[in-house]
Amino acid sequence: MTTLRPDLAAIAAHVAPGSRVLDIGCGDGALMAELEAASGCDARGMELDGALVERCVSRGLSVVQGDANLDLANYPDKAFDYAILSQTLQTATRPDRMLDELLRVGRRAFVSFPNFAHWRTRSALMFGGRMPVTRALPVSWYETQNIHHVTVEDFRDLARAKGASIERAWFFSGEKEIGAPGANWRAEFAVFELSR
Amino acid sequence: MNAAPLSPVYRLPDPLPLDSGQALENCEIAYETYGSLAPDKSNAVLVCHALTGDQYLASPHPITGKPGWWERMVGPGKPIDTDRRFVICANVIGSCMGSSGPASLAPDGQPYAMRFPVITIRDMVRGLVALLDGLGIDKLHAVVGGSMGGMQALSLAANWPERAARVLVIASTARHSAQNIAFHEVGRQAIMADPAWAEGDYYAADAKPDNGLAVARMAAHITYLSEAGLTEKFGRRLQDREAKGFGFDAEFQVESYLRYQGSGFTRRFDANSYLYITRAMDYFDIAEEHGGKLADAFAGTQARFCIVSFDTDWLYPTAESRHIVHALNAAGAKVSFVELSAPHGHDSFLLEHDQLDRVVKGFVE
Repeated sequence: MTTLRPDLAAIAAHVAPGSRVLDIGCGDGALMAELEAASGCDARGMELDGALVERCVSRGLSVVQGDANLDLANYPDKAFDYAILSQTLQTATRPDRMLDELLRVGRRAFVSFPNFAHWRTRSALMFGGRMPVTRALPVSWYETQNIHHVTVEDFRDLARAKGASIERAWFFSGEKEIGAPGANWRAEFAVFELSR
Repeated sequence: MNAAPLSPVYRLPDPLPLDSGQALENCEIAYETYGSLAPDKSNAVLVCHALTGDQYLASPHPITGKPGWWERMVGPGKPIDTDRRFVICANVIGSCMGSSGPASLAPDGQPYAMRFPVITIRDMVRGLVALLDGLGIDKLHAVVGGSMGGMQALSLAANWPERAARVLVIASTARHSAQNIAFHEVGRQAIMADPAWAEGDYYAADAKPDNGLAVARMAAHITYLSEAGLTEKFGRRLQDREAKGFGFDAEFQVESYLRYQGSGFTRRFDANSYLYITRAMDYFDIAEEHGGKLADAFAGTQARFCIVSFDTDWLYPTAESRHIVHALNAAGAKVSFVELSAPHGHDSFLLEHDQLDRVVKGFVE
């Protein structure tokens, strides 16, 4: 088994064993497989890319091909203990509505995203004057799936505006977890655990 | 068609109750099996066939001599691996390859013809469940079906939820749409307009309603394909000629192809069976059977589901599959769904498709 991406590892380590989990934008199902194998979770996934869905199904995972912007509406309220959105918020048509849906279908939510306020992004913009292409945001502006860049502080504001409580947060620089102080400047990735 | 059936035939010990309120006496079900049943009977996979299919899933067809209809999917080392699984495929009631249908003899010794009771998809599945009882199989490892076979798989999951651990539904639907019913009606009218149909009472006659049945098959066959697939295969090319003949012979290749499909079909299929089975499909609506809400049909199910659609299937388009998936999600069922890309329309599930193979293998294992 390959090692999980740091944000996924943080989520996997903090999902209560035996939970019902919906992984939105589950990719090849790495997190779901880990949650089912290591924590006995009942994991379901949603993924837009058919080839990735096929890989999930062929490894025995329950994954539905669909667009989270539209299809989350078909899930009942509080159907899951956790709704997980890893590195997908910035691709949502309306991240604010996506957050509402996460907290509707899940009792709790995990959200991870690349932090656009990281110093490398800031300096690329400030000194290069061009949209940053960094290791966290590796794709040029015209071909990226990201349509709403977000920062750690923006996300905190959004959670507050949505009446969601931030239960826990984790910040990463590369593979390394870093502390909360100065995270908006120092973190390449952030993971938040929310409830409402 | 009246030749002795080659498959084993299971005669139901009791009359088979039908949705119409009638019961089918002395009901027989012809079936084929592949692989061997585990001592604890835990490795059985039931594969349900489509409208014009039969039990010859992975063995040569006794009339046409062609390979089984899903030979590429079922066999040793194949996605549904008969080294590990005991695979059952039965001819549905109403059909004509050994199971009780309109061509079977009624208690008076004459063919039922149109006296055969009108059946539903659920009645077909009731027959399949009786066969499983006869084989001593309480719970299937999986039930698998494409098109009408998918309807049977869904019906089994909704009405006998404890009988299958996995449910795989390919290119199918939870209810027949008005468009589907309309196409079927064209086929039925073609059969019934054939003078040789004789109100269905043609079994002793020299002529059978082959012309009507062939037209029904031609019309249906178009719905199984896609515009892109037809264009790729035939375009507007002419058959065996250089120029248009200004007549009504089969001049275009696509015309010859359809005529060939139609005439081949009449050799192996009974026109009355076509009427009964298309009717059963038209009546199909799982939500209606369960108080109008599809999710209620699957409430509390413990089975795992996998729903597959094809992007060029306009007979049972992806939206129909999504409808099932949403209902299963609402019921809290474990469900996977994938829309596969294929150029060949509805028929794609029968053709070479590596992605489908991987999905079937991954899900059934």
